[in-house]
Amino acid sequence: MSDSHTAPGGASHGSVKTYVVGLILSLVLTVIPFTAVMSGAFNTGTTVIIVVAMAVAQILVQLIMFMHMNTKSDDGWNLTSFVFTITILALVVGGSLWIMHHLQLNMMIG
Amino acid sequence: MATQTMTNQHAQTAAAEHEHDHHADHHDTGGTTVFGFWVYLMSDLVIFGSLFATYAVLAGGTAGGPSGQDIFELPFVLVETFLLLFSSFTYGMAVLAMNTNKVGQLKAWLGITFLLGAAFVGMELYEFQHLIAEGFGPDRSAFLTAFFTLVGTHGLHVTFGLIWILVMFLQVSTKGLNAMTRPRIMCLSLFWHFLDIVWICVFSFVYLMGVL
Repeated sequence: MSDSHTAPGGASHGSVKTYVVGLILSLVLTVIPFTAVMSGAFNTGTTVIIVVAMAVAQILVQLIMFMHMNTKSDDGWNLTSFVFTITILALVVGGSLWIMHHLQLNMMIG
Repeated sequence: MATQTMTNQHAQTAAAEHEHDHHADHHDTGGTTVFGFWVYLMSDLVIFGSLFATYAVLAGGTAGGPSGQDIFELPFVLVETFLLLFSSFTYGMAVLAMNTNKVGQLKAWLGITFLLGAAFVGMELYEFQHLIAEGFGPDRSAFLTAFFTLVGTHGLHVTFGLIWILVMFLQVSTKGLNAMTRPRIMCLSLFWHFLDIVWICVFSFVYLMGVL
């Protein structure tokens, strides 16, 4: 079965190979941040960067290799709706943190 | 009139070619179903985003109670992560078995996925019960309220996913693979992988960041 075969819903079926590669990559991208935090080998700033970078990388790996998100399935509407949602999330999460941070500074709470 | 007929014929031929180009199979409604489910997942993602934002705002509000550093046990969380990750992989194997019409294999992979997911929920319930027994329940502080809400909402989703796996196991056993059960297994596939992706955010931003 080829990777390009189209399933109902336009999502690619994937193959044993893509799932195995996805699993191995996910395992590595999980072990690295846990090791970085548990060993305490790096300072806090570096550790935060490692954790965030590995999380973003693993999310992309799973979106592409497990959920088969690509620019072609459903004429790109899968990806379009995902990008739209990420935009909303950036506004909601970023905006909340921004506002609450300033509120906290101005009100001298905590 | 003649022009109209010609246009019609042209449209039909174009449609047929379009069908051919896309290898569109007989599950056209199934495709719409799976895409509709994807849109639902996107709205679910916004729910989780709001809960993450709430947690990030309230994480410092420990009210003299424990902080994440005091209560999070990373080796425990690592095992939970592996359980969910492997269950995501085994569900992928289930979908591959469905695509090759191997009903026996499909049911076996569904069963393994169920056991891994159930072990994950069991570990989470143990963690919650352990925290509450120590007096660190959701009523202790704003931090713990936000923690239980966020992680509990994810756990509830996994629990519903487990129920759905059971339902699909029974439906595949009684009805076999058809135009009704196939799109459902594809939707459940998206749902299950989606929960693993949300868990990546949970272990990274709640647990790992929490102990820094």
